[in-house]
Amino acid sequence: MKVAIIKYNAGNIRSVDHALKRVGVEALVTDDHKTILDADRVIFPGVGEAASTMEYLKERELDKLLKGLTTPVLGICLGQQLMCSWSEEGDTPCIGIFDQPVRRFPGDGLKVPHMGWNSLDRVNGALVPSELKGAYVYFIHSYYVPICEDTAAETSYMVPFSAAMQRGNFYATQFHPEKSGDPGELILKQFLKL
Amino acid sequence: MLAKRIIPCLDIRNGKTVKGINFENVVDVGDPVELGAKYARDGADELVYLDITATHEGRKLFADLVRRISEHLNIPFTVGGGIDRVEDAELLLSAGADKVSINSSAVRDPGLVDRIAGGFGNQFVVVAIDARWREDRWTVFINGGRIPTDRELFSWAREVQERGAGEILFTSMNHDGTKNGFACDALRELAGQLTIPLIASGGAGRKEHFVEVFERGMADAALAASIFHYNEIPVPELKNYLKKNNVIVR
Repeated sequence: MKVAIIKYNAGNIRSVDHALKRVGVEALVTDDHKTILDADRVIFPGVGEAASTMEYLKERELDKLLKGLTTPVLGICLGQQLMCSWSEEGDTPCIGIFDQPVRRFPGDGLKVPHMGWNSLDRVNGALVPSELKGAYVYFIHSYYVPICEDTAAETSYMVPFSAAMQRGNFYATQFHPEKSGDPGELILKQFLKL
Repeated sequence: MLAKRIIPCLDIRNGKTVKGINFENVVDVGDPVELGAKYARDGADELVYLDITATHEGRKLFADLVRRISEHLNIPFTVGGGIDRVEDAELLLSAGADKVSINSSAVRDPGLVDRIAGGFGNQFVVVAIDARWREDRWTVFINGGRIPTDRELFSWAREVQERGAGEILFTSMNHDGTKNGFACDALRELAGQLTIPLIASGGAGRKEHFVEVFERGMADAALAASIFHYNEIPVPELKNYLKKNNVIVR
């Protein structure tokens, strides 16, 4: 199986690559359009800032490429947020795969960023198996996608939000499966099996 | 619900794990990757690796080690020690580190916090603060607790938060190595002044200390080294104890 990890100006790409190796898959870290189009699975990872990352993607026309993919795509963290239509972070228009806004956590006495292990309170869909209901996964983010028709897993921090999403062949997690111990590895394996 | 985090800390010298008692007298306690993987299996929520190597050669060893850790570990880890420039942080990020911890270098060059946070995001920057209570104030120390500065804990913590730190790691030098419990009053005060997560360090000796640091100290995470390295409190036993005492843990 050919797995492409989209290379861009953000952090933690290496750790996604390492996590895939742990589940037995060699991935290519690339921004080459042909390689991405040829892949069986595409992972769009990320830790970073929305506006500068969107700019980088647009310069390379990776935004259009991603939106047109027909193979299973997995966005992680900032990846999930950029697959939405707009982010409050830097008032940034995003790729628009999920027709949803990305909001900043209001604060309200709780710490921002939402950092650490939180539970998957509701799960549905193909990416997050039902046995992971209640499992803890690792989050680190200040912006979130509200609950919507594309929500595939739900977690609460001040407000309930989309911990995972799905629309057609597009999948996404707000948490980091590559850093989420055994539950995270199960989700990566599940994505490779889709 | 967001869980409280338990973070074993591993001090690294020339690619090996050591633990300093009151920042002096270090002893070798094993291989960093093996030990880290064991902690991950035991339920540690995160790890911190601090490079206390002084030499340039040792630094290169550390970057290689970070790559190996990232290959083997399936939980997040922070690396610190000798990060003086944005390039140092970038090298560790590309090796697979989730966060970098900066301490003395942030005091010497506060703009470093802005530059690393600006380049790689706030979530990537942990500012570690060593402070000692003396003459009615919490004085910030640098160089592994050897040199006092003009800085005071609370104002310095607020400043680095403003500059873009994603998390604060506060070590009370009065408590570190004593095993008599964390600096819960100072921690509570600090947690109340900050809007970013706070990691407590220094003083863990018994399981009750962790309940105290989360309840009274209001910390988001607690870090310890020797009690884990010498298996005085195994991580699974600590997690069970915290659950029984109604602390939310994974």
